[in-house]
Amino acid sequence: MAATLLKLSDLAVGASATVREFPAQDPAFIRLREMGLLAGTRITLVRTAPLGDPLEIKVRGYYLTLRKVDAAHVLVEPVP
Amino acid sequence: MALPSHISAAPVSAGSRTPVYALVGNPNCGKSTLFNALTGLKQKVGNYPGVTVEKKVGTAYSQHGQPITVIDLPGTYSLAARSPDEAVTRDVLLGRRSDTAQPDRILCIVDATNLERNLYLVHQILDLGRPVILVMNMMDLAAEAGLNVRVARLEKELGIPVIACEAVNGKGLVELRVAMSRSDLPLARHAWDVPAPIAPAVSELAASLVEHDRKLPLIARAEALLLLTDQDSVRVAGSTPLSPRTAEILHGWQQRWAAEGTDWAGTLVNSRYEAIGRIASEVVLRAGTVGPSLSDKIDAVVTHAVWGWLVLGCVMTLLFISIFTLAQAPMDWIGTHTALLADWVKSRMPEGDLRDLITDGAIGGVGSVVTFLPQILILFFFIGLLESTGYMARAAFIMDRLMSRVGLNGKSFIPLLSSYACAIPGIMATRTIEDAKDRLVTILVAPLMSCSARLPVYLLMIAALLPNDRVSLGAKVGIMLLMYALGTVGAFGFAWLFKRTLLKGAPPLMIMELPPYRLPGLKDVALQMLERAGIFLRRAGTVILGISIVLWFLAAYPKAPAGATPTQQLAQSFAGRAGHALEPVIKPLGFDWQIGIGLISSFAAREVFVSTMGVVFNAESSEENTAPLRDALKAARWPDGRVLFTPLVCLSLMVFYVFAMQCMSTIAVVKRETNGWKWPVFQTLYMTGTAWVLSFIVYQTGHALGF
Repeated sequence: MAATLLKLSDLAVGASATVREFPAQDPAFIRLREMGLLAGTRITLVRTAPLGDPLEIKVRGYYLTLRKVDAAHVLVEPVP
Repeated sequence: MALPSHISAAPVSAGSRTPVYALVGNPNCGKSTLFNALTGLKQKVGNYPGVTVEKKVGTAYSQHGQPITVIDLPGTYSLAARSPDEAVTRDVLLGRRSDTAQPDRILCIVDATNLERNLYLVHQILDLGRPVILVMNMMDLAAEAGLNVRVARLEKELGIPVIACEAVNGKGLVELRVAMSRSDLPLARHAWDVPAPIAPAVSELAASLVEHDRKLPLIARAEALLLLTDQDSVRVAGSTPLSPRTAEILHGWQQRWAAEGTDWAGTLVNSRYEAIGRIASEVVLRAGTVGPSLSDKIDAVVTHAVWGWLVLGCVMTLLFISIFTLAQAPMDWIGTHTALLADWVKSRMPEGDLRDLITDGAIGGVGSVVTFLPQILILFFFIGLLESTGYMARAAFIMDRLMSRVGLNGKSFIPLLSSYACAIPGIMATRTIEDAKDRLVTILVAPLMSCSARLPVYLLMIAALLPNDRVSLGAKVGIMLLMYALGTVGAFGFAWLFKRTLLKGAPPLMIMELPPYRLPGLKDVALQMLERAGIFLRRAGTVILGISIVLWFLAAYPKAPAGATPTQQLAQSFAGRAGHALEPVIKPLGFDWQIGIGLISSFAAREVFVSTMGVVFNAESSEENTAPLRDALKAARWPDGRVLFTPLVCLSLMVFYVFAMQCMSTIAVVKRETNGWKWPVFQTLYMTGTAWVLSFIVYQTGHALGF
C-alpha cells in the first residue's frame, strides 16, 4: 500500500488522517507520543489559530495544539 | 515481568505514623478540586527547597477520624519529566528527594472523559510497586459525552480500588475516604511485559539500581523504565543523582541502540499504549455518536479568526475595568486606615525616634505596598478564573503566533498583560510557563509593562509638562499612551534580545492541551487567590518592611535642628545628601538633587515619588488635585535661576519611570520566583541602566534641538 504521506502541517482544516512517521530519535517528540499521538493513531485537524499558527488537532478524544514548525516533522496519511 | 496478584502491601501501622498519600494526575483533570475537597483548609503551601515548585501538603481524615497526609504533586502527563514541576512529581514518587518522604500510597486521579491518555500516567505509576487508588473523576461529563465508563470492569482489570467521583460537587468522596482508610490495599495486578528489544536493558539497569543506588527492587524496575524515556533527564535541586555505574550502563545501551537504529523510547511508549488500548476497549463503551460538544461550539466562536480577537479584547477590557473600578474603594480604605493607624500609634506613644520609626517607617512603608493588595487580589482572582474555565489556554492559543515573534510562546501573554495592572501577580502567574527560559525571560521583562503605580507619576508629569489647563485632553491621553507603548515595545524588545543572547537555546516543542470549558469552581479560585496573596505578603513582607525602614531612616536622619520644616529636614537628611551625591549622575538627564530624592524614595513604590515631591517642594497635594504641587513644581528653579521642570525634563523623567526598576515588592517577588538574588539584581541593573540611557538620549537630544 503505497499511500501518499503528507506533513501534518499541510493537512487541510477539517481533514482526518492517520499518523505514520515521526522524526527518528528526536527526544522532543517523545512527549507528543506520550500524549497519545502514535504511528497508527487517527487525528483530525480541527482548526488553526486566528493568525494561522498554531494548529489544533483532535486526538484520542481531546484537543491538542502544536506549532506548524513542529507539525511539519510528523507525516500523516490522509483518510478519504 | 508481571507482579504476582493480590499481594497485600504491608499495612500502614495504625497509630505509629500518619499514612502519606501522593495525589497525582494529568493537568486539567480536577486534581486541585479533589485536593481542596479532601483537605479543606488544612493545607500548607510552601516551596520545594532549591526549586520554584509549589509544595502543597494537606491533612485529610479517614472514616474514623484518623489524620491522613496528602501531598498534592504538580500535574503531569508522564513521569518522564520535561519541566522542573514534573521533575518534582517524578522525584517524590521515586523517593529521590531527601526533603520529602516517599509516599506510602498513591492517589491517582483521571478524567473519565479522556481515559486513554490519562491511563498512560496511571500505567507508569502502577510500575512503582506502591498501593494505588484510582479516582475516576468527571463521571457526569463522561455520561454527557455518550461514554459508558465501566468502573467495576476497570477495577477488575487493574486489581486496585477504582472510585467513581465528581469532585466538583463532592460525589464519591465518602467512598474515596473509605478506600483511603483501608489498612490493606492490594497492589495492582499489572501484567505488562517490557517490550523484548529493551527488556535486557531494563533488567540490567534495575539490577544496577538495586546494587549501586540502593533502590528497592520494585522501584528499581520502574526507575529503569523511566530512565529510558527521560528525555534530557531533567534534574532539579534536591534530587539525588544516579550512581556513576548506573549512568554508564544507561549510556552504553543508548549508544548501542542509536547505532542499531532502535527507537527505544518510542517502543516503550507504543507498548504502553497497546496495553492501555486493550484495557480501554473493555472499559469504555461508546453509546453511539454524539454531536459537537458544548466546548466545540464555544471554540468555534472563541478561537474564530474575527470573533476570537473580539472576545479576547472584551475579556481583557473587562479585566482592566474591574481592576480599576473595584479596587478603588478598598485601596482608599487601606490608605485612610493606615493613616488612622499611624495617628493612633502617634497618640499613644511618647514622641521620639521609636514612634517615628513605627508610624512613618513601618506603617507608612508597608502601607504604601499593601495599598496595591486589592488590585493584586482581583488580578489573582481573574487569572484563577481564566485558568479554571479553560479560557487561559485559548488566549495562549490565539496569541502564540505573535509571542513567537520575540521567541516567547502564548503562555507568556497573560502574565505580561496582567503586568499592566501590577507586575507582582504577573510574575507569580509565570509558573504556568513550563519552559524555564521562557519563564525567566517573561519575569525579566514583565515590570517594563507600565503598571498602575506609574500612573500617578505620569499624571503629575503631564500636569507639569503642559503649560495650562486649556490643553486638550487628547494631548494628555496621547502622551500617556506613548508611555504605555514605550514600555510595551521595551518589554518585547528585551524579550527578543534575551532570547537571542542570554537565554538562547533550541525552542522546545510547544504542545498544549485545550481542555474542555468548565464552570469555574469558585471555591477553588478563591482559595488559590488567597493562597497567592498570602505568599506575596509573607515572602515579600520581610523585604518590604526592611527596605521601608531603611528608606525611613535615610529621610529622618540626621535630625535637623528643632523647628525645622519637613522640607528642611528632608533636604539635610541622608536621603537629601544622597540626592546631592546622585546629582552628577542624573544631571545629564536634566534632574537635580531634589528629583534625586524622589528617585531614591520611590524605590519603595513608584507612586511614592508624588508624595516625596510634595515634601521636597513643600506643597500639599492629593491624587485628585495635583494643582498645588504642579504649581510648586513650576516654581522650582536651579540655583542659577533656570526653570527645573521644563517640558523636556518632565518627558525625560517619564521615560525614566517607564524603564527604571523602582519597586521593592517586585524585586522581592522576583527573588522568590527565581530562587536567589542573581536575577533580581540583573533585572534592576538592566532596567535602571536602560532608563538612564534613554532619558539621557531624550534630554540631550531635546536640549541640542533647543527645547
